[in-house]
Amino acid sequence: MNASLIGFEIAVVLLGLGLLLLDLWTPPERRRGLGLAAALSLLLVLVATFVVPIPQEAVGFGGGYLFDGLALFFKRFFLVAAILVLVMQTEFADRIASGLSEFYALVLFALAGMMFAASANNFVMLFVAIELITVTFYVLTSFQRGRQASLEAGVKYLILGALSSGFLVFGIALVYGTSGTMSFPEIAAKIEANHSLAHQGLFQFGIVLVMVALGFKIAAVPMQIWAPDVYQGAPTPVSAFLAVGSKAAGVVLLLRVLLTAVPDLAGHSAKLLMVAAGVTILYGSLCAIPQRNIKRLLGYSSIASAGFLLLGLSALNLNGVSAILYYLGGYLFTVLAAFLVICIVTRSTAGQTSQEDDVGLFAGLHQRSPLLATALTLAMVSLAGVPPLAGFFGKFLLLKAVVESASSPDQTALRSAYYTLIAVGLTGVVISLYYYFGVVKAIFWSKGVGDLSPIPLSLPARLSLYVCIAGMIFLGVYPGPLLDLTDGVVKAVFK
Amino acid sequence: MSLLTHILGWPLLAALLLAFVPRNFRFLTRLIALAATFTSAVLAVVMFVKFDTAAATEYQFVEKLPWVASLGINYHVGVDGLNVGLVLMGALVAFAACCCAWEVQEREKEFYILLLAMTGGILGAFASLDVFFLYFFHELALVPTFIMIGVWGRGEEKDYATFKITLYLSIGALLALIGLLALYLQMPEGKRTFDLVSMTEHFRGKAMDGSAQQFIFPLLLFGFGILVSLWPFHTWAPLGYGSAPTPTAMLHAGVLKKFGLYGLIRIALPMMPEGAAMWMQWLALLCLGNIIYCGLVAMKQKDLNLLIGNSSVAHMGFVFLGIASLNVLGVTGAVLVMIAHGFLAALSFGLSGYLYQQTKTLEMEKLGGLLRQMPFFGAALVMAAMAGCGLPGFANFAGEALVFFGAWTEFRVVTIIAVWGALVIGAVYMLRAVRNVLHGSLPEQWHAVKDVATPWRRLPFALLLGALLLFGFYPALLTRKIEPVVKQIVKDARAVLKPSVTVGVKNLSE
Repeated sequence: MNASLIGFEIAVVLLGLGLLLLDLWTPPERRRGLGLAAALSLLLVLVATFVVPIPQEAVGFGGGYLFDGLALFFKRFFLVAAILVLVMQTEFADRIASGLSEFYALVLFALAGMMFAASANNFVMLFVAIELITVTFYVLTSFQRGRQASLEAGVKYLILGALSSGFLVFGIALVYGTSGTMSFPEIAAKIEANHSLAHQGLFQFGIVLVMVALGFKIAAVPMQIWAPDVYQGAPTPVSAFLAVGSKAAGVVLLLRVLLTAVPDLAGHSAKLLMVAAGVTILYGSLCAIPQRNIKRLLGYSSIASAGFLLLGLSALNLNGVSAILYYLGGYLFTVLAAFLVICIVTRSTAGQTSQEDDVGLFAGLHQRSPLLATALTLAMVSLAGVPPLAGFFGKFLLLKAVVESASSPDQTALRSAYYTLIAVGLTGVVISLYYYFGVVKAIFWSKGVGDLSPIPLSLPARLSLYVCIAGMIFLGVYPGPLLDLTDGVVKAVFK
Repeated sequence: MSLLTHILGWPLLAALLLAFVPRNFRFLTRLIALAATFTSAVLAVVMFVKFDTAAATEYQFVEKLPWVASLGINYHVGVDGLNVGLVLMGALVAFAACCCAWEVQEREKEFYILLLAMTGGILGAFASLDVFFLYFFHELALVPTFIMIGVWGRGEEKDYATFKITLYLSIGALLALIGLLALYLQMPEGKRTFDLVSMTEHFRGKAMDGSAQQFIFPLLLFGFGILVSLWPFHTWAPLGYGSAPTPTAMLHAGVLKKFGLYGLIRIALPMMPEGAAMWMQWLALLCLGNIIYCGLVAMKQKDLNLLIGNSSVAHMGFVFLGIASLNVLGVTGAVLVMIAHGFLAALSFGLSGYLYQQTKTLEMEKLGGLLRQMPFFGAALVMAAMAGCGLPGFANFAGEALVFFGAWTEFRVVTIIAVWGALVIGAVYMLRAVRNVLHGSLPEQWHAVKDVATPWRRLPFALLLGALLLFGFYPALLTRKIEPVVKQIVKDARAVLKPSVTVGVKNLSE
């Protein structure tokens, strides 16, 4: 038992508990500052991940917990996301009627769940981590109890989340029943020793069920239906954390299951992944076209992004996995920048349900606050995949990985399938230009602009925006360092 | 730092700088944009003069910095005889376009930022010797085009035009991207690089797998082809240019559009000779669609801008014909037409933009007799029309003549039809335009129309005309630089063709 392995998670959980205790002694008018305190503490934890000596690779807790490069990469990813989300929450604080400290603390608990997910090495840890994330999100999505949309989002997330948890448990049971073990490496070893296991219908069905459940987390077809409603209804910081944190947790678990536990089977499920990726991209892109509500639009765009992540996975090569990590890195700054701007701009119109979050709200934003306009424009342009921003390089890497599979000599049977997938991906990119630039157009060129009052920006919000902008530009203009990192991580973990 | 980095860097730097200039400093905004494009243009002229023609096959003014080592991406710029003229043309047209941007009166700051980003992107695309950056810079130039048409465009069909041009050009660019990626992945693992020079050398030494060529070549041909408005994928062009603000039309039709042709000559031909051998005859047929079909469509136009747009599509046919001939004369001619047409398209769109400012209409039936009212404008338009129908003395003539000589040895029938299109159809629509706009009686409402009065306003037109005449009277300035490079490219591209044909071409060119 090596408790120091989970030091970062312990720190985060303690921070959450401490926050709940502090709440008792903090007068209500100062509770808002607790979020910033939490963000600063998380920043310390993030710094600690660079300073504290860390084992190259270590396994603990009966083989259920694995600390390796991939886990560390995602832990840092989640920490950065959570810091930015906490800042966003303090901006959102005046729209929370009661229980502000809980609002902060729940995000910290979800963060702990994500960090455990990054290290999951058997199905038990996977299930526990997912439930920790999902259950906190049930509460978070419906946190604005006075707002019907928020409650609706909570109920929808609850019902579909419970359904996917059901799939997950059923899938795990089938896998355990056929293989006799929960551990990812042991499953791999058993398949290695006895190939017939991988071809057993029940085993395969179990793995597919697990994949479907994880597809719920990343909002991929066929479990994508919740995303737009929940993104639209949930409090904005929660939507942001769902879009970035929860999705990345799903991705890391998917990578662990497919590439560590059943690499053989993954090699044979290329077609399944391809179909899922293609349909997800098309669904997300096509449905985003008519949207006027920006959060709903981002919900559909998040589905399309899930498709692109699956695209990288279906390439079934290490460059594809590395591209997924890179894409997520750029996605983090891009999406959080977008949600942060939405969170700040919609402050004045909170409660007017008819107009809430309408794209028209951003009319004249460049006159009201140049920084907000710049951040949102860059975010949209980056999501659309235009150079020189992070989104372009991420999509470039993903497409490159798929073209690599398509032209590799050992994938001749799947060649035409891969090229179809590429065509679908390109279609998605072209369609996405339309709806992302619709937002940019609304910012700069709307007619009949009403409210032109300047928008005040707090220092933390300003700093977070700078961080996001710098991240988007740096990852687009100078991709070398992060790419070397992701390449290194992927090569070390999935030999 | 290499001169080239300065040429493409100043506009980009200025775009960044403009972001921090307050909105109401209109004069300063314009001044910065003009200064940056002017610096680029002057430096490009310096580079062109300093270029060592004797060593035209070698890359000069090279700068190479590692960017993403693990993927083999470098910031690598340099010019040889093939792109030195294109960079010069791009920089001059960019300056002229910036001069013509005075017509934009609202949201100038954003407009100039986009215009400068587009300029930097274009120059970067032509200067890059790295396939990744080639695409990167092209995309950087392409996206501002869409925004500029969508926001500052004119006419009732503006939204549809924006939609169409975005759709077509994005698809074209993405097809080319897939082709380029596939090309990169044809390199053996471990040696993979996006460096154009190394890739060309690699495939020269060890030819690419035939089936891969058959697959990648059409991706590049049609991807780049859509960007250049290859028939039947050309319909975005006249509409898009008709709706675009003047500087955007000048830059896109003049310079950015040539990127696809440059990509074909620089990347597709030398690296994939088998693909070229198979597809060039089809290209020769398709280019007739450009020359004849689009020429006939241009004849039918009632709007001056649509006429110029269609004629620019038709002119691309000559370039395609030159490329399809795959011999030294033809390809050299194609490059010459690319440069000449860059000046010409910018000039035509600049003039029609000026006219639109004065009359608010470009319908030729409503115009007439304007030569009396606007002597400078009229003279420039007549010269542009003459250059457009290939009158000797203008650079277009030199290029088109070379293309026809080159194509004659390869495709007789196609050449005969194409010459017909060039001489007859081109002359008909150009002269009709001149007659309708400039001659005849002057309608009452145009009595107040003003000519291009100040030297400052005349500068861009004079500059472009001067370039057309200079290279028209002395095309050797360009051909001496282009020809040695084209020789090497043609040799690579003909690696699989029957030797007898190769010898024939060699004799012809000597």
